[in-house]
Amino acid sequence: MSFFITILEQGLIYGILALGVYITYKILDFPDLTVDGSFPLGAAVTAALITRGVNPYLTLPAAFLIGVLAGVCTGLIHVKGKVRDLLSGIIMMTALWSINLYIAGTSNVPLFSQETIFKNDFIESVIPDGMSGYTTLLLILILTVICKVVLDLYLKTKSGFLLRAVGDNPVLVTSLAKDQGNVKILGLAIANGLVSLAGCVFAQEERVFEISSGTGAIVIGLASVIIGTSLFRKVTVLKATTAVLIGSIIYKACVAVALRSFEPQAMKLITAVLFLIILLISMERKKKVNGNA
Amino acid sequence: MLELKGIHKYYNPGTVNEMCLFRGFDLKIEQGEFLSVVGSNGSGKTSMLNIICGSIPAESGQILMGGKDITKEKEFQRNARIGRVYQNPAMGTCPTMTILENMSLADNKGKIYGLGRGTNKARIEFYREQLKQLNLGLEDKLDVKVGALSGGQRQAMALLMSTMTPIEFLILDEHTAALDPKTAELIMELTDKIVKEKNLTTIMVTHNLRYAVEYGNRLIMMHEGNVILDKKDEEKKQISVEDILTLFNEISIECGN
Repeated sequence: MSFFITILEQGLIYGILALGVYITYKILDFPDLTVDGSFPLGAAVTAALITRGVNPYLTLPAAFLIGVLAGVCTGLIHVKGKVRDLLSGIIMMTALWSINLYIAGTSNVPLFSQETIFKNDFIESVIPDGMSGYTTLLLILILTVICKVVLDLYLKTKSGFLLRAVGDNPVLVTSLAKDQGNVKILGLAIANGLVSLAGCVFAQEERVFEISSGTGAIVIGLASVIIGTSLFRKVTVLKATTAVLIGSIIYKACVAVALRSFEPQAMKLITAVLFLIILLISMERKKKVNGNA
Repeated sequence: MLELKGIHKYYNPGTVNEMCLFRGFDLKIEQGEFLSVVGSNGSGKTSMLNIICGSIPAESGQILMGGKDITKEKEFQRNARIGRVYQNPAMGTCPTMTILENMSLADNKGKIYGLGRGTNKARIEFYREQLKQLNLGLEDKLDVKVGALSGGQRQAMALLMSTMTPIEFLILDEHTAALDPKTAELIMELTDKIVKEKNLTTIMVTHNLRYAVEYGNRLIMMHEGNVILDKKDEEKKQISVEDILTLFNEISIECGN
């Protein structure tokens, strides 16, 4: 039972990350590698705040905002500096590694003795004893659904329309007398805000900040988005954001099942092979090669 | 009024392939004028439009719009007063968004794209009426994604969308070239109707000499970055497709091909 709960918990946390990757990869058509740095960025900020005795619920907006900042930096490098999309992300990802170490203090910050959003006096007084095994999952579910619904609502606003248009047809955005660069920066900001928020929740669920937790985060995000959107392409009633969340859970389940029969050191190899299989099945590889060329 | 003064434009400057297109190019377009531009490939028609809109920079010279110098304004800033329809029907619409969403997006031009609802329900009837005049049945397909429409349908939408909000100038860049003759005719009639209704100052680049002769009140012909024919109002009415064709042939002989 705990096997499934862990899959769901992690699948939903990485689902928040996948929502961010959905914005950059699917909507903006921007392969954003900042994710590998902004995920642990959220975790680092969370560790730094919690160990200083800050209310754990305040780490959520704090992590989101600092993620937004990271996204804005990537956007400025790309738009104002005219650096290619892939390289802008790599520059920020590299810089964030050191920044994360500065913020957290060291490469590993345990949070076992501190209060988190999942374990504090308030939660223990509200949740009945019999339910305590599901508290974390329930809270993650609520958080993820809030992120999804807010993103859905945003994409239906005028600003959201412009964001969808800029990835689709940037010329149209210019025709509408709007600076397409600013719209791209906005999209990168929201995306990395979500990724950083996922890192914040992840650190509190794992009760540790780990500098290397971001390595390969972009792969997990891309895999989730591609699984979700290609698996449910024909199911029009299902929103793309919902499909992405389900994709994230499926991906985590695949990895978990694979790890049962392999040693932990095979983890990255399994991830790579799984990602390749997903790409081959969904036939997304052609588009991606063109997009990065 | 739109004015180009002493425009210089080089392609590939500083290389062996350096090519000078405009060497002190001047053009003045009066308020309310409907200007047709013809000329062979490479004569500078599209470059002129791109310089006016700010899509490409000119090496030197001035662009005045309503007497105001806009040479330093960015493309998106100039577009506040310009509507542009491209040759490629895909350029004027968003394929992954629905017809309704596309219309709403265009309807908001000039206003803030904030956190208000993307589609204004109260405007849906207005969009329906606008689409109805196209006679393409699009008014019943508001929730269909634009990517599923044909090139002609998309171009008709692009024309509607670019002229939906108050603009002063309409730039048409061979906007009927990618369409079949019947659809092209329809788009051209619609263009004329909109231009007259909204009293737009219009520049239309076209390879269709009949459209150039039939529509608008001024016609220019370009060749190697110069205006070699410029006829207005009464004079323009005298001109026929044959006259232009003869001129075309004369130029070709001069160039030796």
